[in-house]
Amino acid sequence: MARTPAELVGAQPGPPFRITFDGRAVTALPGQSVAAALWGAGILAWRTTRVGGRPRGAFCGIGQCYDCLATINGEPNRRACLVPARPGDTITTQEGHGRAALGV
Amino acid sequence: MPLSASEPYDLAVIGAGSAGLAGAVTAGELGLSVALLDTSVQTGGQFYRTPAPTLGAVRPEALHHDWSAYTDLRRRLARSDVRHLPGHHVWSVTKDDEEGVGGGAGDGLWAVHAVTGADGGGERPVRVRARAVLLATGAYERQLPFPGWTLPGVVGAGGAQAMLKSGLVLPGRRVVVAGSGPLLLAVASSLAAAGARVPAVVEASGYLRYARHPRALATNPHKAAEALIHGAALLRHRVRLRPRSAVTEVHGTDRVEAVTVTRLDRDWRPVRGTGRRIACDALAVGHGLVPQIELATALDCATRPLPDGTRALALDGLQETSVRGLWAAGEAGGVGGAQLARLEGELAAVAVAARILGRPAHAGRVRELGRRRERMRAFADAMAAVHAPAPGWPRWLTDDTDVCRCEEVTAGRIREAVEDLGARDGRTVKLLTRAGMGWCQGRMCGAAVACLAARGRTAEPPAERRPFATPVPLSALATLDDPTMPLVTESEGPADDPGGHTTTTFEPDASPGDS
Ligand code: FES
Repeated sequence: MARTPAELVGAQPGPPFRITFDGRAVTALPGQSVAAALWGAGILAWRTTRVGGRPRGAFCGIGQCYDCLATINGEPNRRACLVPARPGDTITTQEGHGRAALGV
Repeated sequence: MPLSASEPYDLAVIGAGSAGLAGAVTAGELGLSVALLDTSVQTGGQFYRTPAPTLGAVRPEALHHDWSAYTDLRRRLARSDVRHLPGHHVWSVTKDDEEGVGGGAGDGLWAVHAVTGADGGGERPVRVRARAVLLATGAYERQLPFPGWTLPGVVGAGGAQAMLKSGLVLPGRRVVVAGSGPLLLAVASSLAAAGARVPAVVEASGYLRYARHPRALATNPHKAAEALIHGAALLRHRVRLRPRSAVTEVHGTDRVEAVTVTRLDRDWRPVRGTGRRIACDALAVGHGLVPQIELATALDCATRPLPDGTRALALDGLQETSVRGLWAAGEAGGVGGAQLARLEGELAAVAVAARILGRPAHAGRVRELGRRRERMRAFADAMAAVHAPAPGWPRWLTDDTDVCRCEEVTAGRIREAVEDLGARDGRTVKLLTRAGMGWCQGRMCGAAVACLAARGRTAEPPAERRPFATPVPLSALATLDDPTMPLVTESEGPADDPGGHTTTTFEPDASPGDS
């Protein structure tokens, strides 16, 4: 019986690569979304909400709920469940409306 | 193939899932020029969602049912002249009536507006013109809120399935699956097959209620077989099925540590003293599917209520909406599964081809498809009735439960709007509380808010009116009136798109703090 999803489908992925999440190294597989790479590393939250400052991550997994918004390579409000992970990507927790850098 | 701006397509298909793929390849085989737009890079939609080729899945079918039906469609697509446009997020469909250069009947042309890129991040705006449009936009998951459902580790049941199928990842090692509807069984069995422990599947309805629909069951034996397959898989993985129960609380501070499962009465009210705690590190939850119809309702297409309180497009016997030239297939016309979606896609394509080519459709083929469609629709209706949320579910809520995830509007504030301020529908609640005004535009909370506003009476299903089907960069809107904007997506894209890389996003009701 399969113990991992990769075993179940007999995955033979291309070479894994590094991305970082809030400065911490995370291993991603080519073809995974940013959200999938983070889930793979056991990370479920990469955003805090505007009002309550509560942690959030991927919920719908298909681009509908916008709960997975992340700051990817300095750009806020990217849907992590849709954006493919690329080598060297820098993911940072998005706080509030994601425009802290703009001071608005 | 019409690739120049002056030559529109015969048919633009929106959505490359089962319905859209079947529609596109059938129309192509009947001689139409077809553009197939989809948000995803790969075809298959949500049901046949697959890992990216670079993940090298040797047996993607291990996560799927009826895989050969998909590989067959994919083969036909590869052989066809259908123009597949992946990574296209359609945000609006408009009719250009003045042109009068359309097919056959002198109808105007349709314009399908999209933004491109992995998450529609405004890489470039695109417009595809066509004589007819087939909406195969599918459905999204219905969520009913409960205390703790915003905690990391609580994910949509469909979301868990989607992330597993495409990214080969799980939200946790011990995942409770809860909500209502047949999707739960499929999700639980794939999570278990992929190595997760699934301590329980918690279903708010009772399966015995299917017995009230003997005809629909008898005429759809494959559906019963499907249920048996899932049931057997669950037994094998020692998954416990808890019918007539719901997760009424999630425990944990930063992430899920356990859930409380409570028995429900027949109105879905929690039965006092029956709560049982189950340790887990994730919860996959969903209460059925909602047809995704906003592109059509923006064009004033007629809708019809479904037995589960959602709304689908009203379609004629040949899949045409109430707006001439606009067809729909699959879940947009009522949630009924991949097999029905394929059949409807084919039926729509046959009808579109007959209209555009000005010759009658093959009567025998239409009759046979129509007959099978009715049979499967009957089962879909029975299923929707069995799993329809009963009026007692708001008893799960505490005053501080977030109902609107985006705007963090609590059940208490919605009750206040309804009880003290007299709101009677979702729209008024929205104006008073901001519920449904955030990024997702009410897709996650709309059904729940409408229910709460109805105060236990049957809720008016939300009208699904959204001016934009996806957030759109201002630069894309700015090009709408620009006659120099390329009409058809060739690989070159718009030559100059000065604002094309901005991340400014137009949100219809964004709060002042958002812009
Ligand atoms: S998880 Fe819902 S939009 Fe990404």
